[in-house]
This record gives sequence, C-alpha cells and structure tokens, in this order.
Amino acid sequence: MTDLAVELRNVTKVFVDRSSLGRDLTAVEQINLSVAAGEFFTLLGPSGCGKTTTLRMIAGFEAATRGEILIQGRAMTRVPPNRRPVNTVFQNYALFPHLTVAENVAFGLVVKRVPRAERKRRAEEALELVRLSGMGRRRPSQLSGGQQQRVALARALINQPAVLLLDEPLGALDLKLRKEMQFELKRLQRQVGITFIYVTHDQEEALIMSDRIAVMERGRVLQVGDPMAVYEWPSARFVADFVGETNFLSVVFVSFLNDLAVVDLCGVNAYAQIRGEPLTSGQPTTVTIRPEKVVLTKLNQDGHFKLAGTLEDIVYLGTDTRYVVRLTSGETLVARIQNTSERGLGGDYDIGERVNVSWSPKDARVLTS
Amino acid sequence: MGRRDLLSPGFFYFALLALLLYAPILLLIVFSFNDSRTLVFPLKGFTLQWYTELWGARELLEAVVNSLVLGVLASAVATILGTMAAIGIARFNFPGRNLFLAVSAMPMVIPYVVLGVALLILFAQLGIPLSLWTVGVGHVVINIPYVMLIVASRLAGFNPSLEEAAMDLGETYWGTLRRVTLPMCAPAILSAFLSSFTTSFDEFAVSFFLIGSESTLPIYLYSQLRFPSRLPLIVTLAAIIMVASMALVIFSEWLRRVGQTTTAAGEA
Repeated sequence: MTDLAVELRNVTKVFVDRSSLGRDLTAVEQINLSVAAGEFFTLLGPSGCGKTTTLRMIAGFEAATRGEILIQGRAMTRVPPNRRPVNTVFQNYALFPHLTVAENVAFGLVVKRVPRAERKRRAEEALELVRLSGMGRRRPSQLSGGQQQRVALARALINQPAVLLLDEPLGALDLKLRKEMQFELKRLQRQVGITFIYVTHDQEEALIMSDRIAVMERGRVLQVGDPMAVYEWPSARFVADFVGETNFLSVVFVSFLNDLAVVDLCGVNAYAQIRGEPLTSGQPTTVTIRPEKVVLTKLNQDGHFKLAGTLEDIVYLGTDTRYVVRLTSGETLVARIQNTSERGLGGDYDIGERVNVSWSPKDARVLTS
Repeated sequence: MGRRDLLSPGFFYFALLALLLYAPILLLIVFSFNDSRTLVFPLKGFTLQWYTELWGARELLEAVVNSLVLGVLASAVATILGTMAAIGIARFNFPGRNLFLAVSAMPMVIPYVVLGVALLILFAQLGIPLSLWTVGVGHVVINIPYVMLIVASRLAGFNPSLEEAAMDLGETYWGTLRRVTLPMCAPAILSAFLSSFTTSFDEFAVSFFLIGSESTLPIYLYSQLRFPSRLPLIVTLAAIIMVASMALVIFSEWLRRVGQTTTAAGEA
C-alpha cells in the first residue's frame, strides 16, 4: 500500500446557526477519502456541495464536527492551521498587498527563522519555479491575475508542504490563461512531487489535471476514481450528468447477454453495459449514453439496432456538430458528430429530417442510482 | 472650466458655500496681522505685535501645552482601545457582540454636555478629584467609537483570507496580527489617532465639566472672551491653530487614501 498523504474518516461538518432561525447546515456528511502521496486529487462538484468546506477542514480553518482527519498518518483534530504540514492557494490568491512579491513568497520562511540571505535565495528559486524571475521587488498590485496566481503558488510551495491545497485557483482567470495554467499546474506538480488537493466546479479542468477525482454532491462523495473511470463509468445519475454532457433514456430491462444488458426502448431492443446491478426482467431503469458516442445515420441504414427519430435542432460548433433527435418515444437524444469533410462538415442533415440513431453496445451504461 | 460653467447655478452654490466656510477663516488670519485692538474694517496696518505678545502670554501657552499633551495621551489610549475593540468586532463572533457594539458606540449619540455631567457625577461619587486626568478619561470615552468605526471599516474592507493565509504559512495568531492585520490597518489607525487628536484638542463641553484648576485651550479661550483687550491675541492663536489643523486634516486624509489604494490593489 502506498503512503497516504491525507485521510478523511467519517468526516462531518455541521454549521450551527446561532440566530433565532436555528437552521443548521450540514455542509459535509460522512466523508471517507484517502489521498496517496504525490497524487493530484480533485474534489469536483457544484457550488455548495461541500468541497471547499472539506478543503478548509484539511487546512485547519474549520473544525470537523465529527470524524477524523489524518495528514501523513497523524491525527489533526487539535492541530491549528499554522502547525499543519499543508499550505493553501486561495481562490482570490490572498497576497499581502503591503509586502513585495519576494516578501510575500518568503513569508513562511520568516516564521521558521530562516536567515535573511537564505530567505532571499529560496524566494528567488521559488519565483523561478513559477517563471516569475526578477519580479521579486514589485508589489502584488503591479502584477496581472495570472502572475499573482503564480506568486500565490510560489508562496505556498516554498514551505515544501506535504500537501498543497488549491481552492479554485484558476477561477478568476480568463479562459485562455486558465487553459495554460492547467497544464502549468500539472507540470509543476510532477516537478515538485507534492500531493495536490484541488477544488473545482469545472469538470473539464478536473478531467485534464487529476490523477483521481472525487465527485461531490450535497456534502457527500458520490464517486472516487480516475478521470476515465468517472467519465466512462459514472456510478450515479448525478455524476454522469455533472461530468460532461450525457443523455438519459428511460428503458425497461429485458435480460442479461454476457456482460451486456438487453433493454427495451420503445419496442426496440437496445444494448448497454452493466456492472453487476441486480435487475429483473420488466424492471424500469435508465440508460446513459454520451452524445459523442451516438451514431447518427440516414434512415434505414445498417447499425447494431435502430431507433427512429426526427432531427429537431442542428448546431454547428466548429470541431463537431450537435444534433437533437426527438425519438418516437418522445424523449430527446443529443448526438455530437465530429466535423470531417467526409461527413460534409456536419451539413449532411436538415432540421425535420427523419433519421436513425444507434450506438455500440459497449458505449452505453445502465444506471440504477 | 469654461465661461459657461462659471455662470451655472451649481457654481454659484459652490462659491457661496466656500465663501461661508472659508471667509471667516481668512478674516481670522487677516486680523491677526492687523494693527488694532478692535476687529473692524478698514484695516489699520500690518503688525506682528500679536504674535510677539502671544509668545509672552504664559497662561495661554500653558493651556496650549495642556491641550497638546491631553490630546496626544487621550488619543493614544482611545486609539489602542478602539483598535482592539474593532478587531474584536470585525473578526470574532462572540456572545453579546451586538450589545458590545451598541454600548461602545453610545458616546456618539449622547450629547457631550450630557456625557460631561454624567461623568462629573460619577467622579464625584467615586471621590476622584477633577483634573486634567478626568478630562482625559472623558476624551478617551468620546473618541473610542470613532476609532472603532474607522479601524473596523478598514478591517471589513480587507479580505479575511489574508489572515488565514498568514496562519496557513505558519504564523501564530499574534504573529498574524503583527505582520498582517496591524500593518494593513496602519493608515486607518494613524488616521483614527489624528482625528481623535483634533476632537480632543478643541473639545469644550466635556472638558468644561471635568476640568480642575488647570485649563485646556478651548476653556482658556472662552474665559478670555470677557476681556476685549485680549481679543487680538485669541484671534492670532486661532489663526495658528487653524493653519496647523488644516495641515493635519489634509495629512490624515492623504494617509487614508494611500491606505485605500493599497487595499484595492491587493484585492483586484
């Protein structure tokens, strides 16, 4: 077993409302997580799902109401933030405006009574690591958002924490810069080998950077897994819906066929993967299929099976085209097809046209929760 | 500004306001150089006599020194207590917080005359003899709420995650206070001190009830108004104080602005 950097055992956080309303809020409920040393671990979920609260409990800014947090095997319950082997990169960077960039970066070293000359040298090294050499004498206010972000990173990394906590650090940057920083952060994490725990509501960001993702909803962890597992094998409807775009179709289970399920979709037998869920014949359930895995064909061409429908909407998106098909069952299905010249760059179909849709049996999943 | 703007109603309004505000001050300064004991036009001639006489007025100078020392000490105490209260209110959520806030803001809404009488009764009951010290206590009470407001608004204006960041980087609570919270509040604290000082320096009502045998400047000036012959001296002193306090106000406003720009930049 690999070394665990952070472990959460049955962690619950209740915010007690002291006002007369007395509406207590359970922000985090019974969370169990294990983060391995050197891992890039992401807490992903919509706002209010408890991901930031979880991060703040690891940092020590909030105390867990119940349960236990361990960092490098040591219980952290009574350890204040300043004595935990973690550092945080805050959402708004939280750079000290009254200090220069170099003084900001060396802030933690002053606490550790590192001599001035060494402080200076290490601050320069840290700035070099985040590609900000020579910026040390400026004020944070003289830097761009992306540069401030890097200063915040350098200020945290200089202390060589066991774990770096990042709270939506790219949220305030514009799209292009954010894309750049995603790869930059990933590079940095590999270079320094520190465990990163990253909080974001951006599923694409989570997929790009993470070794593993924990998908959270309403204070609970729904699924933990590597990006491919979370995207391809969502354990719950919420996960499938939140991570990427997907279709949900109401079906009736018919029978098992090896590792596939045969389901009835408006009188047509369709196929989907299934993992051990106990289903009996005639039981209604849900099938999910990603839009990019839907096969769209002109009427009456060959496929694994055929569902008929009418094209309701066609949107050209550059890399691909998004088709909305109204099935005979009344449900809609979204298909996204790569725009190649072979497929007429998406212009082969017209709105109102009757089409067939199908998919490869291995690309659809039966969802029971 | 074009010719049109000079004729607009807005400009007239402004000019009238400026005239009412600054003409008396200007007159004060002009008369302080006027060679006559009565303050009437036409001016008689230029003299520095009042300034030299002022230098010899021992009692008056004593009152000035009393007011300066009182102002500095009372403001220092009020600034320390008010800053502590501001940090408590802005950063901690303790039981009775709202009550504490209301109680400490009270002196702002109680008329100074009432406050002066109340304190006088209190000191009499406690058997504490009236002196500059009792005036000082009164001034501290008056100034605390203003210091609290000025410093608390600064604290509210900067992100609490700055303090969390300091602790996250290993600082203790006191270290955070010393290296982040107080330096960032420094302009506000200094500006609070200066505004306390100005309040204390010209405060009359509370001082009048609590003063012992000594005199503060406002009380001395008031007592001298009975002697018309001394009027030019008072005018001269007033002119000096006016210029000095203008300089002080401009300085403290400048400080406040410097403080604001650093915050805004830090949170951009």
